[in-house]
Amino acid sequence: MHKPSTAIRFDEVTLGYGRRPAVHHLHGEIPSGSLIAVVGPNGAGKSTLLKGIVGTLKPLEGRIRLDGPSSEIAYLPQAAEIDRSFPLSVYDLVAMGLWSRSGLFGGISAKDRTRIEEALSAVGLIGFERRPISTLSGGQMQRALFARLLLQNAPVILLDEPFTAIDAKTTADLLDLVRRWHTEARTVVAVLHDLDMVKRVFPKTLLIAREPVAWGETLDVLSADNLLKARRMVEAHDPHAHVCQRGAA
Amino acid sequence: MLDLFLTPFSEFEFMQRALVGVIAIALGGGPVGVFLMLRRMSLTGDAMAHAILPGAAVGYLLAGLSLPAMTFGGLAAGVIVAMAAGLVSRFTALKEDASLAAFYLLSLALGVTIVSLRGSNVDLLHVLFGTVLALDDNTMLLLASISTLTVLALAVLYRPLVLECVDPIFLRSVSGAGTPTHLIFLGLVVMNLVGGFHALGTLLAVGMMMLPATAARFWTSDITMMMIVSIIIGIVSGIAGLLLSFHLELPAGPAIILSAGIVYVASLLIGREGGVLWLAWPGKHLEA
Repeated sequence: MHKPSTAIRFDEVTLGYGRRPAVHHLHGEIPSGSLIAVVGPNGAGKSTLLKGIVGTLKPLEGRIRLDGPSSEIAYLPQAAEIDRSFPLSVYDLVAMGLWSRSGLFGGISAKDRTRIEEALSAVGLIGFERRPISTLSGGQMQRALFARLLLQNAPVILLDEPFTAIDAKTTADLLDLVRRWHTEARTVVAVLHDLDMVKRVFPKTLLIAREPVAWGETLDVLSADNLLKARRMVEAHDPHAHVCQRGAA
Repeated sequence: MLDLFLTPFSEFEFMQRALVGVIAIALGGGPVGVFLMLRRMSLTGDAMAHAILPGAAVGYLLAGLSLPAMTFGGLAAGVIVAMAAGLVSRFTALKEDASLAAFYLLSLALGVTIVSLRGSNVDLLHVLFGTVLALDDNTMLLLASISTLTVLALAVLYRPLVLECVDPIFLRSVSGAGTPTHLIFLGLVVMNLVGGFHALGTLLAVGMMMLPATAARFWTSDITMMMIVSIIIGIVSGIAGLLLSFHLELPAGPAIILSAGIVYVASLLIGREGGVLWLAWPGKHLEA
């Protein structure tokens, strides 16, 4: 079957809040089946970029084109954005991954139950099915969210700082899943801070500091020069900023 | 002894009507209250209850104590305030709780002023505290319709409502159902408050929504069970309140809400899911 070569294309995209850009004039494309890390200092616009791709934040300018509908994207936001106090079992949290098939009313078939069990087994959470999510540790919660991603079975997977505050064993287990997705020719975009991990696992990297600093082969992108450029990014907004003329004809 | 419980309902038609009314209110209000609580919107329910007052008051001003006029007015005011608060929080720096507080205070003051323009203190008391012991056929039909519609709507919206509570960003990433779900849910809140207000008045209507729901949280952590328990607590409180009102000649609305309050305090103390006694004496720790 012919597979389109571009999963996500950025056409001079600017994303931000109010009129302030958080990602400024990003242009380029992510080929299907890529395993790409997005790195940069805090406030560089990494999470904003993922929100733009998944469609929860509309670009201030430019366009993000996807190969398929945005519902075919599996997105793991930062864990802090999930209400852990909600009375929900691990099983039900993971079963949410079936939404694209079950929708509002669809039941969970015996086959679906097997798939949920397989997903729980793949992340090492067998025996946790009935546990409320409020009782999970940070690592266990992240395993459950990866199980949900597995069930979503999406061709494009976005991960926002998936290994923050996670122990080495859990990180290694979840990285194995990321590698598995890559071998299955899924497109994986992950926001990360651990540059050693990026060099070890991710062949491609986008380094941003509001503006794109470098994009390409990981070892080239993470050069000392580029990292220094990214570190020089000024986090505070310029109160006297002028209207951007770059996109103007 | 049995007579004490049965005779009021077997002998007096107004008590039978009141019983049907509180059961209908508990059936719709309980599950809506559970979702308000889980969405951390308990005080939103309170604010909305106040917000329906000016609409009901305008209905009253135009048509007197007319069921359709006051219902329509209440619904319109509730929906307008919910939408206005939502829009203010979405498009300005103010959060939804602050904008709701501003709107409901305005609404309450406006509502009391409008009622005072025409009515007596008795009318004002009727609007503020309801008349559960004087429900006519149309009001009972309205209450039954609202509870039926609510249960059906919650069955349809169950999945997106739960998803919106626990992980709204996930819901937005997989479906566009988030905003319509939120709006329909607010509509259900307004509808149940308007229904409750005919029986319990604007000030107490929210009590039959929130007290059973918050009490139910102390007995189970399963959402479906929580809704069932909240309905049961609502019905039991309703019956207890009506009996107290009948035998001790207390005003019925406050007696019902006080009964629900007693169940809440008891649940807070002895409820198995985080009740005070279980937290204070959890028993010896387990091996693993």
